[in-house]
Amino acid sequence: MANLDWKEVKRQITESQAWQSIFRHGYEDTPRNRILMVSGNVWLHLHPSKVQKHTVRLRFTWCMGGITFLLFLVTVVTGVYLMFYYRPTAEYAYADMKYLEFDMPFGMLMRNMHRWAAHGMVIAVWLHMFRVFMTGSYKPPREFNWVVGVILLVLTLLLSFTGYLLPWDQLSIWAVTVGSNMARATPLLGHGGPFHEVLGVNPIYDARAFIFGGAEIGPHTLLRFYILHCIFFPLIASIFMAVHFWRIRRDGMSGPL
Amino acid sequence: MMMAGAGGAARSSGAGASPAPAGKRIEVPIKKAGGGVEDKLHTWPFLVRNEFLMALFVIVVLTIWSLTINAPLEEPSNPTRTPNPSKAPWYFLGLQEMLVFFDPWYAGVVLPSFIIVGLMLIPYLDINPKGNGYYTFRERMFEILTFFLGFHVLWVSFIIIGTFFRGPGWNWFWPGQVWDPHMVEALTNVDLPYLFGFRDYTASALFGLSLIVGYFVVGYIVFYLWVRARPANDPWSAFPGGGRELLEKWGPVRFGITGFLLLAMMGVFIKMMLRHALNIKYILVTPWINI
Repeated sequence: MANLDWKEVKRQITESQAWQSIFRHGYEDTPRNRILMVSGNVWLHLHPSKVQKHTVRLRFTWCMGGITFLLFLVTVVTGVYLMFYYRPTAEYAYADMKYLEFDMPFGMLMRNMHRWAAHGMVIAVWLHMFRVFMTGSYKPPREFNWVVGVILLVLTLLLSFTGYLLPWDQLSIWAVTVGSNMARATPLLGHGGPFHEVLGVNPIYDARAFIFGGAEIGPHTLLRFYILHCIFFPLIASIFMAVHFWRIRRDGMSGPL
Repeated sequence: MMMAGAGGAARSSGAGASPAPAGKRIEVPIKKAGGGVEDKLHTWPFLVRNEFLMALFVIVVLTIWSLTINAPLEEPSNPTRTPNPSKAPWYFLGLQEMLVFFDPWYAGVVLPSFIIVGLMLIPYLDINPKGNGYYTFRERMFEILTFFLGFHVLWVSFIIIGTFFRGPGWNWFWPGQVWDPHMVEALTNVDLPYLFGFRDYTASALFGLSLIVGYFVVGYIVFYLWVRARPANDPWSAFPGGGRELLEKWGPVRFGITGFLLLAMMGVFIKMMLRHALNIKYILVTPWINI
């Protein structure tokens, strides 16, 4: 063992078929490897292999788009953990919250991180929009990516809003009641809105009932919001995120030319 | 873009079997074909490093925050016990605050739709070619001030008011002031036509309607004249030819939509002032809708 040639061992490993099938290039700091590091990696491939100098500066981007995405990933990871212990029924939902907080390992921490990351995501997405506005980055050729960004902003709010109901406590049902009551006032489509008699909508068959799954907030609403929160909106948001990132990749970051 | 300097080096070091000597950091900026130094950096390590450090920082802050502050959980839901006040999630409190000034169909449905559609239209309405990709106020004064009114003054400050200054009955409470659920605020709201002496329903509806139509007509005219009067090289018009060149390039559709969104947004502000200063409830009163 004393005479073991570590360099030879390393060479044998790094030149083995298995190693080279996973790592396609060396780690030496060469321009080629720097480029391969990005272009040969599916995650880093979101970036171009070279970027303009100013786009690396914190005071240009504020990092807010990236932070929004990071916080989204945090909510995905913590959200999956919470899903193992939470049942979206009126009988169990609140009890499961207590169970999560007091009995589950790291349950409280996961719930806290999920909630604060969600709030942080709303703030980060607003600051991102503000920054993009201030640098005029929505101007040609990036107009449509701004539109996609507005859709993502709305989806962020909807994700947060649907999650608000799930604890099934006083705070959540009344906040969601206040928010969803607006749908009752939709012109034509809400039974409390102007011109509601034209289409003959009523409390059990109008825009708010479509959101609630019934005339009032209840178990049906909980299930509906749970599915929207855990499956529907994350899927839709992921699709729009893919478009959003892809377009930044194609058009490059904006900058003075 | 072809990189003659570093690009060539990359090719020579990568093509051969022998890699470049390890541990030698290459900080050279990539050179352009013309020989000048180009303003580009390798994403790895320069951008990825920043992203990694920022991600680390955010995760650490979030973890400490989550270890110290618990997410709220109140008593079990009870549909028969309505809390006073019932507040929407904080990010919608700007819209809930809007209910002080407008009926739900406008504050909760029409206005949010205007906000979303208006935001989406920004890149198509703003034809100012300057200020693309850098910070500037002087070259984009009109755009930035409009955004400031909509985002900071109306959206963010309404959220702050709704979160910290509204208590039972949606009455105004200063932070630290005890929330008295029995507080009675003497408040006599009147409709604007009533204030002007109209007592007849039809006449007051016509008066209110003409006020709103008049607001938009006058608003459009003032906006148009103001834009047209911008002299050459005026920073407000953003075009060397001044307001006339802007109007020509803008076209009637863009001008019309911009004017409408702008006047609707200022309308919120005006209605807020009328409500707070003169206790005006509605401007237009009809059997179907009130504004």
